[in-house]
Amino acid sequence: MSGNGYLFAAYAATWIIHILYLGTIVSRYWRLKREIEDLKKPSVRS
Amino acid sequence: MKRAFPILGVLTAILLSYALYEALVAAPTEQTMGDVQRIFYYHVPSAWTAFTLFLINFVASILYLVRRNPAADIVALVSAEVGVVFCAVVLVTGPIWARPVWGIWWAPGDIRLTSTLVLWLIYVSYLVLRRFSSSGQTPTLAAALAVLGALCVPFVYFSIWFFRTQHPQPVMGGGGSIDPRMLHVLLINWLAFMCFAFLVCWSRYRLESLQREVDQAHALESLMDPHGSMR
Repeated sequence: MSGNGYLFAAYAATWIIHILYLGTIVSRYWRLKREIEDLKKPSVRS
Repeated sequence: MKRAFPILGVLTAILLSYALYEALVAAPTEQTMGDVQRIFYYHVPSAWTAFTLFLINFVASILYLVRRNPAADIVALVSAEVGVVFCAVVLVTGPIWARPVWGIWWAPGDIRLTSTLVLWLIYVSYLVLRRFSSSGQTPTLAAALAVLGALCVPFVYFSIWFFRTQHPQPVMGGGGSIDPRMLHVLLINWLAFMCFAFLVCWSRYRLESLQREVDQAHALESLMDPHGSMR
């Protein structure tokens, strides 16, 4: 790999790590939103 | 506050783009290493950001241990999580730089590399403890672990002053020298990463606060009978 290849790999790896982490935050947000909607529904226990 | 977040998000995106341009185009090319040296503009600011976040985690953990403040506990959790992400960037970009410059990906036994890996593992274990322990004592145990973890941060930073290592000398205060234009680019990238880390921490803080409210609501719901009165 050339010097530019390593440079590209390092910068790409940095943003892949950050984007993956942001992805986990977004997925946790949607899961929480579903939980809140479930809580708002009337209980089905009888 | 709701309006400030998107405005800060746009400003941070602009700053990150400008910092990227400075790192890849405007910064002078280093004579010995060539363009590979530009990895330094992401590697070093990521390390400084991780250290700053671990310091915040330390202060918040002490606050939690002294005052039992739930907000301090959330700040501690969030700063450790984002700090681990930035420290992971350091551990990935370091070997990518080392391969063309040193000829090896990793120098086994090198004090700076090993201590950084140990620091990362300490904070990963902190997050694992927080994620999988359901005991009421978890925040206290985690805060105690965070205090121990924070003691490693100065050791990692100063290790290259006191031990023989392959790692380059520190940019600030360690006898190393740097071209002022390179220092300018380095500081711009650090500022951009700090703004980005702040935004991520902010959104994680809001999410964690909301999660705790939902957990409390679930706990309350499980105590209610079907008619809505307490069991």
